[in-house]
Amino acid sequence: MQSNRLPIGGRVDRSRRLRFRFNGTVIHGFAGDTVASALLANGVSLVGRSFKYHRPRGILCHGSEEPNALLQVDRGPGRVDPNNRATITEVTEGLTVASQNHWPSLEHDIGAINDWLSPIFTAGFYYKTFMWPRALWDKVYEPLIRAAAGLGVAPKEADADRYAQRYAHCDVLIVGAGPAGLAAALAASTSGQRVILADEQAEFGGTLLHDTGSMIQGMQAAGWLVGTVAALADCRNVRLLPRTTAFGYYNHNHVALLERVTDHLADPASGLPRERLWQVRAKQVVLATGAHERPLAFADNDRPGIMLAESIRAFINRYAVVPGHRIVFATSGASAYRAAADARAAGVEVVVVDVRPVAACGPELALLRAEGVEVLTGHTVLGSTGRKRVRGLIVAPVDADGRIGIRRKLTCDAVGLSGGWTPAVHLFSQSRGKLTFDTAIDAYRPGRSVQAERSAGAANGSYELTTCLAEGWEAGLRATGRDGARSFRVSPATPTGFVAVRVLPGEGNGRAFIDFQNDVTAKDIRLAVREGFESVEHIKRYTTTGMATDQGKTSNMTALGLLSETLSRPVAQVGTTTFRPPYTPVSFGALTGAARGALFEPVRKAPLHDWAAARGAVFEPVDRWLRARYFPRPGEDMRAAVSRECRAVRSSVGILDASTLGKIEVVGPDAAEFLNRLYINGWTKLAPGRCRYGVMPKEDGYIFDDGVVARLAAERFHVTTTTGGAARVLDHMEEYLQTEWPNLKVFLTSTTEQWAVIALQGPKARQVITPLVDGIDMSAAVFPHMAVRTGRICGVPTRLFRVSFTGELGYEINLPASQAALVWDAVYAGGEPYGIEPYGTEAMHVLRAERGFIIVGQETDGTVAPDDVGLSGMIADAKPDFVGKRSLARPDLMAAGRKQLVGLLTEVPGVVLDEGAQVVENPGQPALGHVTSAYWSDACGRSIALALVAGGRARHGQVLHVTTQAGFTAVRVTEPVFFDAGAERVHG
Amino acid sequence: MLLIPCPHCGPRSELEFHCGGEAHIARPTNPAATGDQRWAEYLFYRSNTKGVHAERWLHVHGCGRWFNVRRDTISDRFVTADQIRSAEEGS
Repeated sequence: MQSNRLPIGGRVDRSRRLRFRFNGTVIHGFAGDTVASALLANGVSLVGRSFKYHRPRGILCHGSEEPNALLQVDRGPGRVDPNNRATITEVTEGLTVASQNHWPSLEHDIGAINDWLSPIFTAGFYYKTFMWPRALWDKVYEPLIRAAAGLGVAPKEADADRYAQRYAHCDVLIVGAGPAGLAAALAASTSGQRVILADEQAEFGGTLLHDTGSMIQGMQAAGWLVGTVAALADCRNVRLLPRTTAFGYYNHNHVALLERVTDHLADPASGLPRERLWQVRAKQVVLATGAHERPLAFADNDRPGIMLAESIRAFINRYAVVPGHRIVFATSGASAYRAAADARAAGVEVVVVDVRPVAACGPELALLRAEGVEVLTGHTVLGSTGRKRVRGLIVAPVDADGRIGIRRKLTCDAVGLSGGWTPAVHLFSQSRGKLTFDTAIDAYRPGRSVQAERSAGAANGSYELTTCLAEGWEAGLRATGRDGARSFRVSPATPTGFVAVRVLPGEGNGRAFIDFQNDVTAKDIRLAVREGFESVEHIKRYTTTGMATDQGKTSNMTALGLLSETLSRPVAQVGTTTFRPPYTPVSFGALTGAARGALFEPVRKAPLHDWAAARGAVFEPVDRWLRARYFPRPGEDMRAAVSRECRAVRSSVGILDASTLGKIEVVGPDAAEFLNRLYINGWTKLAPGRCRYGVMPKEDGYIFDDGVVARLAAERFHVTTTTGGAARVLDHMEEYLQTEWPNLKVFLTSTTEQWAVIALQGPKARQVITPLVDGIDMSAAVFPHMAVRTGRICGVPTRLFRVSFTGELGYEINLPASQAALVWDAVYAGGEPYGIEPYGTEAMHVLRAERGFIIVGQETDGTVAPDDVGLSGMIADAKPDFVGKRSLARPDLMAAGRKQLVGLLTEVPGVVLDEGAQVVENPGQPALGHVTSAYWSDACGRSIALALVAGGRARHGQVLHVTTQAGFTAVRVTEPVFFDAGAERVHG
Repeated sequence: MLLIPCPHCGPRSELEFHCGGEAHIARPTNPAATGDQRWAEYLFYRSNTKGVHAERWLHVHGCGRWFNVRRDTISDRFVTADQIRSAEEGS
């Protein structure tokens, strides 16, 4: 079946046959195959359609830099993943893969009409085409562009897999387990320090996996590899991570790795994550990331069957797959000769076309000719023939002046291209290391380091195997704080060196592709220059070269070189674009880890949550808390339920779980002085046993938080904050205590979770609670409004506050959270004779709004000062200073016309305004402010609203207008109090 | 992610910290006697240094303490880490 599989050789396991489906067809392969090698083994060369022109495309590479062969992979429901590179997708039994970006089929793709229309789709065609008419944008252009964009189809089902994340520390992280990385690991391992060696491939070895000709230390490369990996596996201080890509290099040697745990397993053990995100903090990093081969640019250089020369070598030697039976290698350098020799050794008919004249060639030329291979030196490639598979290459001699001689067609079924090599400096660049352009290797290589890292081997621009090993060894030693060198005996010498050719001479009118994945041609780049673009960053964005998911690994250097040529400016002056993470695509699943669904964000539940849930409460999120919003009875909507709850509080008694209030215990000899400096109020004269409502601004004078503060003893305060403000108020207090007033003797302790709070509010509150309380005189004369007492309730210790956020007589029972349910049940039972109702946050909001009490974050938004909401009377004038005091005298805060809190009554009493709606004097005029709170008020028998309105206090009685869903509605400005204006009810 | 040298706990990951912006912004000792311009500078004006920058960090998920460090904003290299109090004594 596997027509292109060699009978022997390769690293695949022929005893384990695997079957998978490609576009519905069953494909046979072996364990150790990638989807790419198995497809090639079966003679499949057409595997996808290109992004813009829908041109037939095949497999270009054998590694993660692949731009063309992107497949939709289907591992079952919830396990569909687009844009997987066939070259790194391991074959598993039963896998289903499909090609992308075509309709109705890969073979017959309507979208290929774009190829005929290609003159339209030049660089920047978006900008030129979709400019006008404006009206077409929303309905026509944008949907069209969105439909055409992207390659694969995003999955619609939730991801069925689990993803793990872990952190690791090590002394040396080595990225890449090719010859340099392995040598580095060997050297580092002898130090006893903690070493992590990560490589993106399934097997360690890098180029050694397909190097059948080299001898290292007298051993065949494959044998040396086995011994080396075994030696490293035996080191307890070395962690080996195959299938693990280092994709991001961040500050202070923080490197992110993606480990693919189960994708290569047909039937993974349950509990294994699909992928694991490693966040490694390394003392030293060794970058041995290798290099990428460049294709050559000539007309129609993208036909299926046209591949990189070294990749052909890898498919033959590593996978025992011959991509073709008559292969032309077109090259501008030496390395392709070795690929040609290996192909010939595998029984393939081989011709080499070398752009270089004889004089520029090295010893590789004579060696290959001695084997009887036809080598055409000083030849250019003018184009290719074939459609869904390359059938021939048009070549012609070219002289030093670019004159092209008689053309000739070389029949073939595969082509190996080699336009030289580019070090994989991505991680080095991400580490903010400085790249320097080296004309000797026509590439950017690592220059000055910024972090504790070093590059070795091909990543450092060193391509000879012996140098790679020596550099790796030295890097491993240095990373562990030692010095030394070691030479490795390698034979034969690695053929290196190439001539940089941007576009082969004689490209004519054809399209020479530079960036295969984004369909960017040499013409596009030249056109961009003609249109006036000069900066590499602009040209990248205008032409989109290098901006596809492969980040231009095979194309960037050619694009830069062509740009340099077109601008007549040295490459070093053209510069390079910034390399950014991720090196290769990373799944959202891995980045998200466990933080999805119920674990996306912690949910805080108040101590009486279960009671409320059992009672059928509707909950709402408040900060991270879930709070009961209202308790509907059967048949009730929210308004009916809230009205009933409000009525109970106003007429009898209601009970609320207020445990989410932030609480901070402020203790110490300077506690009162400390609070003096943080609140607008004064605290020195507050007697123990009394409470006060406090307003806390930040240094800019704007209200930051508010809440009741109780003085329990001379040196002990029980501070409450808003539900959402608990953590930031404590942080604010700590910051001032530590950084501004370290001499104050004060301790701060968060007690939010320790104290549960049961609010009991209404005219019957005292009757309900009194029989349950021990040790506290509940009479109004000795326990007045805004007082606090300690004692016991139902035998449980309590700090009993007589406070009210409803305007009614009421208590807030603070008690240990563990006892909350017991006391709640007792209070509730005691209230039943009075018709007690549990009420939620919605009723609480209505009740406080009827009384005009603000909520920080609703009536305030970070630009509201105490005077704006009518609280300037609380400012303790006697205090020389408090945080924010000086700012209250800033010109802006003193200016006339500031927005001030007012009440709004709709002219039509039944209309409830929208919170956030704009307030205007007359329709069509600029906004004066906005509605901050709006409710139906049962007590008032009409709607009520609070608003911030420019110069609002001077507008009482005026009629203004407020935006609604259906135009404007008229409102009358009032005092921001709608009920019990004399505040008499709190006294009972 | 930065590796921040907490003077109390040692080097810890940036996840554990909250940045408090530029250090050594002294609160005027007599705000009431401080002019509008000077007060505005205290509140809002920061140097936005390119290079070595003194800044405050709170080890919020660690010891809970504030400290000053000097960080090179180009390379992110930390130069020193001082406790707030000792820095004040030294200045």
